[in-house]
Amino acid sequence: MGLKSFCLKKSLWVYHFAGASCNNCDIEILDVLTPRYDVERFGMQLVGSPRHADVILISGSINQRDKPRLKEVYHQASKPVFVVAFGACGCTGGVFAEGITFAGPVDQIVPVDAYIPGCPPKPEAMISGLSKLMQTI
Amino acid sequence: MGEILYHFFVYPGLLFAGVIGGLLAWFDRKVTAQVQFRKGPPLLQPFYDFLKLLLVKETILPARGSRATFLIAPILGLFGATAAGTFILLPLFNINIGFEGDVMVIFYLLTIPSLTYIIGALASGNPLASVGASREMKLIISYELTFLLFFAAIVLKADQHMQMSQIIQMQAQSGPFISSLSGVLLFIVGVFCIQAKMGMVPFDQAEAETELSEGSFIEYSGTVYALVKLTRYIMLFILPALLVGFLISGFNLSGTGIIWAILKILAVVLLMTLIRNTNPRLKIKQAMRFFLIGMNGLAIVAIILTYLSL
Ligand code: SF4
Repeated sequence: MGLKSFCLKKSLWVYHFAGASCNNCDIEILDVLTPRYDVERFGMQLVGSPRHADVILISGSINQRDKPRLKEVYHQASKPVFVVAFGACGCTGGVFAEGITFAGPVDQIVPVDAYIPGCPPKPEAMISGLSKLMQTI
Repeated sequence: MGEILYHFFVYPGLLFAGVIGGLLAWFDRKVTAQVQFRKGPPLLQPFYDFLKLLLVKETILPARGSRATFLIAPILGLFGATAAGTFILLPLFNINIGFEGDVMVIFYLLTIPSLTYIIGALASGNPLASVGASREMKLIISYELTFLLFFAAIVLKADQHMQMSQIIQMQAQSGPFISSLSGVLLFIVGVFCIQAKMGMVPFDQAEAETELSEGSFIEYSGTVYALVKLTRYIMLFILPALLVGFLISGFNLSGTGIIWAILKILAVVLLMTLIRNTNPRLKIKQAMRFFLIGMNGLAIVAIILTYLSL
């Protein structure tokens, strides 16, 4: 394993893209920053700008309005960047999949590297998903 | 010439200050984590971050805005911080290279990083970055006068010696400046000034993550952002070192003196970290009032007390 991939693996900065979610996933994401789960142990950090992102974490279903924005954010992020589809909505569309505004699922819009299913996924599931993503780097 | 370049790039300049600054950045994050009952990042985390940005990530240039200025600004900032660091650390480590700038040189070199953040942010053409730049400008206007008064008071305390090495020598003879009342006031003023210079909470209006999504640095990525990070690591070392040299009688690098030197730096950084963790971000208006009225007043009181030799 080279120095480059080691450093990348050790310092994944996460940018959170919230699609049309029911908002529960967004709340769950903040859980992994709390004392109990603390993902900063792995060097992960939430960042505010897609330019700094190594991981784009997409929660919620993607509707017609989100689609161009998601593409734009993916385009803006500095490569290499990994995409994680979070929650049932992110993976497949979940309960919103039959809605008239639905434009997803995420993997038909941008390439996805990891899926974290659940409605909403437990914080443990999120840590497990992210650590599996780390192992693939 | 070779010796000067060695001092600038290796010890105690770029390389040394960068490494120590990185370790202090880890200390800052670890203490923050401990305050919040978390475990915190591993020891080498700042270096992973830096190397990742430097080696792995793509550097994106803004489509609108001035690309050359955008790229040059962080490089200038890094050199400003390194030059200031060299002039601060040489007298602290008791190395004599013949030329010694007086404290005003240090004062001006220390403003360069903040100025380059503004220039870089404005060159990126991003509206959020320009809001960040304008806040940074207001912040500079408010703390710079206080910082100047702080320098003036120190020079006055040192019998109007302008050289850093003489200031340290004075303290070696007659005890650290912080042992007097005016010294304590100056320490308070100094800590808040370097807090604002570092852009740490409560003075992080310019990069307010939650409202401006990193503000001035929003467009930086890859290698240039790595340079911004390195500049901040260096500043996190040299600013507390400046405070230690000015008020707590500098370093004495023989025997157990090294441990004391490390403890002094860690104590100042710890204080800054605790301030950052126990305060919310101020509005820019409140920050200006804090410096223009509160801190300037305190600095003037300290100068008067120095005249009365208290
Ligand atoms: S996966 Fe479930 S919890 Fe998450 S946004 Fe969709 S409906 Fe809400």
